[in-house]
Amino acid sequence: MNQLLLDLSAVLLLALGLRGLAKLRTARMANGLAALAIGLAVVGLLVSQGLAGWPWMLGGLAVGGGIGVVLALRVPMTAMPETVALFNGCGGMASLLVALGAVGLPGPMGLLATVSVLASVLVGSITFSGSLVAMAKLQEWLDTPAWTQRQARHAVNITLAVACLACCVVVVQGQPWGLAPLTLLALLLGIGLTLPIGGADMPVVISLLNSYSGVAAAAAGFVVGSALLIVAGAMVGAAGLILTQVMCTAMNRSLTSVLFGGALGASAGAGTGEKKEAESYGRITSCSAEECAMALEQAERVVFVPGYGLAVAQAQHSLRELARLLEGHGVEVSYAIHPVAGRMPGHMNVLLAEADVPYDQLVEMDVINPEFPRTDVVIVLGANDVVNPQAKNDPSSPLFGMPVLEVDQARSVYVVKRGLGAGYAGIKNGLFELPQTAMVFGDAKAVLNGLITELRGLGVGKKALAAV
Amino acid sequence: MSDFSLNEALWVLLLGSLLGFELIGKVPPTLHTPLMSGANAISGITLLAALALIGQAPSPPLQALGAVALGFALFNVIGGFLVTDRMLAMFRRRGGAA
Repeated sequence: MNQLLLDLSAVLLLALGLRGLAKLRTARMANGLAALAIGLAVVGLLVSQGLAGWPWMLGGLAVGGGIGVVLALRVPMTAMPETVALFNGCGGMASLLVALGAVGLPGPMGLLATVSVLASVLVGSITFSGSLVAMAKLQEWLDTPAWTQRQARHAVNITLAVACLACCVVVVQGQPWGLAPLTLLALLLGIGLTLPIGGADMPVVISLLNSYSGVAAAAAGFVVGSALLIVAGAMVGAAGLILTQVMCTAMNRSLTSVLFGGALGASAGAGTGEKKEAESYGRITSCSAEECAMALEQAERVVFVPGYGLAVAQAQHSLRELARLLEGHGVEVSYAIHPVAGRMPGHMNVLLAEADVPYDQLVEMDVINPEFPRTDVVIVLGANDVVNPQAKNDPSSPLFGMPVLEVDQARSVYVVKRGLGAGYAGIKNGLFELPQTAMVFGDAKAVLNGLITELRGLGVGKKALAAV
Repeated sequence: MSDFSLNEALWVLLLGSLLGFELIGKVPPTLHTPLMSGANAISGITLLAALALIGQAPSPPLQALGAVALGFALFNVIGGFLVTDRMLAMFRRRGGAA
């Protein structure tokens, strides 16, 4: 019973791993533990079933594992959301293929086995095609087509779902050919469900699909009769649901409105979520890097609000350099991180960590919001919707109700932006028109480097010497 | 082919789900992305089912199907754990200690 021992240790390690992943100090080790757990489970399985078919196993390992290693080591941190989506889709594909293969094994299939196969095929297919659509949207290979915003999409999806169920009934009645149309229809359903959802909501979708892939793994566990697979799949499925809920709360969206409500801002006429130039801005103050640098030089407390635009401009390192310069000048510097900064919750934290910003300098929204009234200068870098005061004040705004960083409470706000384009959600931002706000137009990296030069020109960084 | 009953399997499913709900209670926002990526890597555990399929398959076409499934699952597992490690390795406190 070596396998039982190995399986039990694997479950224990997986549980410890998932738990440890939720704490900063243990996260890296926990990730290793979870990987070790999977390794143990593989050893346990091979001990009990032998090495029959090993060339096929090696082939799968070499190709799948090899591509996985290369992708994992090469992919830029900015592309993390779509990478997770891709990995997730492949997990779903694996469950789908295993279930289809299990039908071909000799021996009779009981009702339990049949139902498990059907669940695995259904969930695996939806996970696969849904994840690929999510990935394509995040990569901006795919838009949200206008026709997917019509109510008719619900009718299409319901028809697909009913047809899937019909195929399931056919299979249960002893007609395995029903699996072919079921796979096809479920793949289409995955696309139909994901395509209407706007880019801004994609992280929630990925998190939910991540939960699905756990469910698909658990279903595959029923198919091959593996308790370990069922436990691990159920754990990931449940954890994924919780994480999805956490994200929805952070964005003040309900799960149903994300899944069935269509793209955010689409009804306001943005249509495809395209970034249109907003012509309707009234009073906009723009200023130069020089003026902004003078304000920074005088400030006692500065808060940076980094957004995805910062990462696109690859300006994280310049930002950190500016922050260190100011700290050396005696300025109190912190970074305000909105829960959905970047394109996925926690994404901005990863991007700043890559630039060597210590994580204890990143302040969460609830902690920093009361601090804004005593903040001299706020610099918004490539963030837009998460600092939009209309989310608080304007019930007609599609963002209304979303918790935002209350930067409008600060004494002065500088928004670094390339132009007056709308944000990811396609919505105008009232912050830009406030009297205390000034726009610094330009690429984030160029502006930050300009600020560094200006500050050095003002003698910041040499002050310690001058004081002597 | 399963050697345990529906009853037992459902108990395992229920307890596993409860465990998952309990384990992820409070997560600092900094860890949302790595946690999602790590949990996603674990869901590639379906590679066990692919290995079982290869082991039990009577004919090469079925073994090949198992190998493709294994490839997809391993892509998910190995890539997922590595990329998560890459992210977590970057997190530092002030002063440089991890």
